[in-house]
Amino acid sequence: MTIEEAYKNIAQYQPIINALITLRDKNDALAELESADPQSPLYGVPYVMKDGYVTRGIRTTAASKMLDTFIPPYSATVYEKLKKAGAILIGKANMDAWGHGASTENTDYGVTKNPWDLSRVAGGSSGGSAAAVIAGMSQFAIGEDTGGSIRNPAGWTNITGLKVTYGRVSRYGAIAYASSFDTVGPMARSVAEVAQLLSIMAGVDPYDGTSSPEPVPDYVSFLNKDLSGTTIGMPIEMFSKGLNSEIYEAIKTAATEFSKLGFNIIDVSLPIAEIGLATYYLIAPSETSSNLARYDGVRYGGKRDLFTEETMRRIMIGTFALSSGYSDAYYHKAQKVRTILMQSYAKAFSQCDVLLMPVSPTVATKIGDLSSDPLASMMADLYTTTINQVGIPSLALPAGFSTEGLPIGMQLVGKKFDEATILAIGHQYQLKTDWHTRSPKL
Amino acid sequence: MTDVQHLAKLANLSPTPSLIQPLQSGVQTTLDYAKILGSVDVSHVGVTNEITGLINVLREDQIDQSRTFTQAQALQNAPKSHNGFFMVDAILE
Repeated sequence: MTIEEAYKNIAQYQPIINALITLRDKNDALAELESADPQSPLYGVPYVMKDGYVTRGIRTTAASKMLDTFIPPYSATVYEKLKKAGAILIGKANMDAWGHGASTENTDYGVTKNPWDLSRVAGGSSGGSAAAVIAGMSQFAIGEDTGGSIRNPAGWTNITGLKVTYGRVSRYGAIAYASSFDTVGPMARSVAEVAQLLSIMAGVDPYDGTSSPEPVPDYVSFLNKDLSGTTIGMPIEMFSKGLNSEIYEAIKTAATEFSKLGFNIIDVSLPIAEIGLATYYLIAPSETSSNLARYDGVRYGGKRDLFTEETMRRIMIGTFALSSGYSDAYYHKAQKVRTILMQSYAKAFSQCDVLLMPVSPTVATKIGDLSSDPLASMMADLYTTTINQVGIPSLALPAGFSTEGLPIGMQLVGKKFDEATILAIGHQYQLKTDWHTRSPKL
Repeated sequence: MTDVQHLAKLANLSPTPSLIQPLQSGVQTTLDYAKILGSVDVSHVGVTNEITGLINVLREDQIDQSRTFTQAQALQNAPKSHNGFFMVDAILE
């Protein structure tokens, strides 16, 4: 995709789906191309970033009016790395404000509509990023995943998105939601693209003390490695009550495809989705109540009454969970259960190499369904949040469509720092299937 | 039942009167859901704060010029500044 093609599609589709908050002036993008190295790996490739990354000189809002006029004086490491690799940033994508949501409805810049059905949401919180990629407005996107925010919109729009191992990619310059869960990851049409992007984005960063010194393997050359004999576990509890039957069938069909590819499929037990959702909705709000305390309207940003109801709700839950007299029963209890989540995954991974599970319990919801119902909004994250709490990687990729023609996503979950294996399995699946090549008629 | 007006004060938030009831029920929904943790036995486990396993990540105490702001850059997003300083609301009578 050229920069010209991206801008042409943006002119056509942005008014319909509202995927972007800020569109960069095309002349600025073309000027940047002039100074880029034609030999660089992503030379001239147009992309968008979720608006939760600071980009020097380019407005960054986190989808909140709090930062409506904020022009960052510095850039996120991931942006610097992509710039160095020749990729050209063309816009900042819509999202749930501060990452608070699973539908891109909690935004001060208007909901992003799902290109497959304009009466539905594109998922969230990286919903604008996913919608831009599937609509051809951008070759790829950089999302951010704290409890499912890359995987949920990837699943609901038929793209591929990677939630990396915590620390695999620098968080420097990512506007913090829940610092012990936040991860920076790529979103694109195929696993092969995601693998190439990860090779560029990954690695230790002196500006992020939690980034890992773990060596970065060559994810691209690993894609075609013969992994036959690898065991994929399907957690039985993640395929039981609450899961839409069409999603169940689509992933069972995908499992058959995986066994044809030479992988062993086994059942495993991982009975933690519900307790993991509860711990997530105590720990993440606790961390966000602390992180968002910095918005005092003194050094930058507006007044705190600019937070949305949903953001205020999360700050208050966190404030409560951390408060004197309640922190033992809520925050510390949740942190202990987080240890149990880690033990449960370790046990499952003692029986298999990779886990296969749904991304979301339903297909993309109607606009208004999640924003009007806090419990329904939480349940959208049922299969994704435990992965952030344990810190392991998960690849969301297309697994088919519902009878209504809505995309269905699945997750391949790997061991810590074993992105290479889930990417290779996903890539080998995409060589044999064509779900990921299908596009909506806009 | 939690008192959201008290929580709002602790969190330095001033929700409008029309938001009080929705916030009350929204906060309560999450805290009610969290009750399922009551059945989990945690007597034998410690807390997990983070999962990197990294300890004592330090750097040399040297100035990184590429990361320092000029005074103008530091102030460029300030809602109110005066003579090169941030202006804050008065807190004393």
